Amino acid sequence: MHDLPGYDYHLDIPGTTIFDGKQAMKGYALNKMCYDFNKAVNREAFKADPEAWMEKYGLNEEQKQAIRNSDILGMIAAGGNIYYLAKLAGIFKLSVQDVGGLQTGRTTEEFKEFLKSQA
Amino acid sequence: MAKILGGITTSHIPAVGNAIQQELYDDPYWKPFFDGYPKVHAWVKDNKPDYVINIYNDHGLGFFLDKMPTFAIGAAHEYRNEDEGWGLPELPPFPGAPELSWHIIESMVADEFDITSCQELPVDHGFVVPMQLFWPGAPNNPDMPRAVPISANTVQHPIPTLKRALDFGRALRRALLSFPEDAKIVVLGTGGLSHQLDGARAGFINKEFDQYCLDNIVHNPDELTKITRQELVEKAGAQGTEFLMWLMMRGALGDDVTEITRNYHIPISNTGAGTLLLECAA
Repeated sequence: MHDLPGYDYHLDIPGTTIFDGKQAMKGYALNKMCYDFNKAVNREAFKADPEAWMEKYGLNEEQKQAIRNSDILGMIAAGGNIYYLAKLAGIFKLSVQDVGGLQTGRTTEEFKEFLKSQA
Repeated sequence: MAKILGGITTSHIPAVGNAIQQELYDDPYWKPFFDGYPKVHAWVKDNKPDYVINIYNDHGLGFFLDKMPTFAIGAAHEYRNEDEGWGLPELPPFPGAPELSWHIIESMVADEFDITSCQELPVDHGFVVPMQLFWPGAPNNPDMPRAVPISANTVQHPIPTLKRALDFGRALRRALLSFPEDAKIVVLGTGGLSHQLDGARAGFINKEFDQYCLDNIVHNPDELTKITRQELVEKAGAQGTEFLMWLMMRGALGDDVTEITRNYHIPISNTGAGTLLLECAA
């Protein structure tokens, strides 16, 4: 699928993945699993057997490995959308600052200091 | 005929919900944020709107990628929240206003805005947190207006343009002013300001751009429609695109507005947090 001229999706923003149709198609299974974590029963099922639960939703190996490694950037590269991934982060009791730190190579405290530094 | 009293915008960060629950109003981290609200509370108490149009963006509770409406309008008798995957408290339902919802839907579609109507719509923190900020104890507040939720897609690109958002608000204004009831309406625009949760640029906040948006949205909102969607991502952060809700709100207020109060504070959670109250000319 090629981008067409005149459409507003070409700007390259370093460190930023635009979640567009291509990413949405790539990440559908991963995001669907995470969306279903809105229900506690599904969170419990994942916790009981993550491999079986990922298989049930048809995640590909790249997506499974990113989850096994708690690799947030890997999940995003594999099509994950942060709003759905946030529900997975909730299972691991990660705050958005924890998630920010994991993605930027900072400890949570360092990430919080970085946020404050922009005031 | 109905009257639009004004509009209120605020960030809708989930952490704010937790802070409210724990009553951290005087906590040193939270005080600069909560100090932005007493003037809003006073205005709401003085004006007592009958209806609240809550313009927010769903974050993966009401909608999934299987069907992603660009603009969705709730038309339910009541709206319930859920725990969203991380254990948020489930509140009593927020009362809806289906007769106003359907009037808005009829008017918007006649005005060539093709929207998605929702007779069931679970509402997430984008809807709930602002209600709790403006009507303490919501929905258990004696002044709690009946609500119409409007959600715009900022989850998946392509998202609406800034011009479309402002135009949507202007069409919404025509819808509200033609509602044949002697009612007072307040319009909320929730989300923003600059923040980015995902990627190697996570934690990005842009004070200068936020101030530019705050300054212009009051009397010069059309200026902001020159910003492209990709520029918005670049300058406000990937989730700062929620500023679209502010423009939708602004469009509904008409040209003649008075700024009652504003507040801006960095950081609340990962966000440049903004609050703005604009009153419409009588």
